[in-house]
Amino acid sequence: MATERPIQLFRNKTAKIAAIPMILTALVVFVGGTVWTVVYSFTKSGLLPRLKWVGLDQYERLWSTNRWMVSIENLAIYGILTLVLVFVIGFLLAALIDQKIRFENTIRTVILYPYALSFVVTGLVWQWILNPQFGLQSIVRDLGWTGFTFDPLYTPSIAIYGVLIAGLWQGSGLVMVLMLAGLRGIDQEVWKAARIDGIPTWKTYLFIVIPMMRPVFITTLVLVVTGIVRIYDLIVAQTGGGPGIATEVPAKYVYDMMFQAANLGQAFAASTTMLLTVAIFVIPWAMMEFGGKRRG
Amino acid sequence: MAELTATALDGPRGTKPRKTFSRRNILLYGTLIVVALYYAVPLYVMVVTSLKGMPEIRLGNIFSPPMEITFAPWVKAWSEACTGLKCEGLSIGFWNSVRITVPSVLISIAIASVNGYALANWKFKGADVFFTILIFGAFIPYQVMLYPIVIMLREIGLYGDLGGLVIVHSIFGMPILTLLFRNYFTSLPEELFKAARVDGAGFWGIYFRVMLPMSIPIYTVAVILQVTGIWNDFLFGVVFTGPEAYPMTVALNNIVNSTQGVVEYNVNMAATIITGLVPLTIYFVSGRLFVRGIAAGAVKG
Repeated sequence: MATERPIQLFRNKTAKIAAIPMILTALVVFVGGTVWTVVYSFTKSGLLPRLKWVGLDQYERLWSTNRWMVSIENLAIYGILTLVLVFVIGFLLAALIDQKIRFENTIRTVILYPYALSFVVTGLVWQWILNPQFGLQSIVRDLGWTGFTFDPLYTPSIAIYGVLIAGLWQGSGLVMVLMLAGLRGIDQEVWKAARIDGIPTWKTYLFIVIPMMRPVFITTLVLVVTGIVRIYDLIVAQTGGGPGIATEVPAKYVYDMMFQAANLGQAFAASTTMLLTVAIFVIPWAMMEFGGKRRG
Repeated sequence: MAELTATALDGPRGTKPRKTFSRRNILLYGTLIVVALYYAVPLYVMVVTSLKGMPEIRLGNIFSPPMEITFAPWVKAWSEACTGLKCEGLSIGFWNSVRITVPSVLISIAIASVNGYALANWKFKGADVFFTILIFGAFIPYQVMLYPIVIMLREIGLYGDLGGLVIVHSIFGMPILTLLFRNYFTSLPEELFKAARVDGAGFWGIYFRVMLPMSIPIYTVAVILQVTGIWNDFLFGVVFTGPEAYPMTVALNNIVNSTQGVVEYNVNMAATIITGLVPLTIYFVSGRLFVRGIAAGAVKG
């Protein structure tokens, strides 16, 4: 310690040593691991990874597998609806809570608590609430509406919507909190100016406030999309991918191929495809955020 | 959006609300109450179901409060519920989760805080490159990195072991935590750092005697973030540990989804609450710090 002076060499040495875990994680796990998986997705790996090249065969097989197509379709339905609903709900709630209401903390606490729970817990609670024999359906029937049918978890065609309800319950609080923070970050002068000009409130939101909140929206979008592509535990807990293969998702396909079907090549091709899906959103965002504008 | 965390916590601003029973207020509060119910009901259903006996569940509806409160489902969920062949309840999973969470939280925070400190105050050439890679790594789907990590852990003999899972949690906690600490340390006045330098303190001296004591709140935020995140993890638990070391979330899923014979919904719900209890407690106790932690995830680098 005594020898340390603000001389470049010495000063950097300790910091560099301290940063070794970060450097290893970034280079070995994140870059190395990703490159490894992408490379092996072009091989004929089965039970064990091996470098026998087969070109795009794994991808061709992937896209002609029924289960994968169902997974992609589910991810698309779940993803698009989640995106739209989570933003609509999150923003509306934030706007309501921003009306200088009383009990703000209580309401915020209630809306956000599901986010503290795991997807496994979320999935199991909604599995119970949507139980056709005892849950929501039977209660509405007991109320006199005997023909009422709402049985998503046992009806393949709508099963993914049962998962959607649970996912929204768990995740919309997060968006609400981020949106609320964005609303609070808007200068009150903007509101005053809009009022003086006689612009109705909804128009102020739509044409002035929301465009001003663009950074919040974009960051939230990236967070939500990353979460959607990863969706796995919720499915495993709530439906197990069923009934049949009605609620399969890509992340589950990867896991099953990797650890149960001993079909590593398929798992690598599927996970590389997931990576590409995320990249479509993250790369444009990164270029906008960091593109030349400011440097660390 | 860097100011997001600060402003989010300030609470409402401006004048007090106007007349209490205006049409606007009835609409506003009416909507909020309905919304709050949607979010609150599942927790209520969980608790109520877990306190009923099975005969009552078969007769009644899931929303009705228990006529006779019984804690038997809780006891059974904790110590007797079956996963496949074994009937040892959730308690084993609970202690596994504790043994996974405690070291993972400590190690990940120790590493990330030092990283953040090095990035904020001792920036070396190329540091930003690694940091950028790290942040981008946070967006890579875990599935892409699962198998390479399996191989690495197998090479060092930690695959299927709690120690391996601790390493995995430390790795995947690093992006968000490093960002959290880097931003916080950058926001501290630079004069402090310079003064300590003038007084002859080095890298570790400044970290332990200046930065750490001044940054207890951000360490608390990090602990909250990590404890909830690691406790709630399912994927890594399933992939990197064996049946002996399964964390609580995996045990819970096995108990509920692998039941043979009669399904005991009350035991299932008791098990579900018990698993959610740790993060819920942290959430209700920590309040704003929890919000600050998740908002940190949205602050750009």
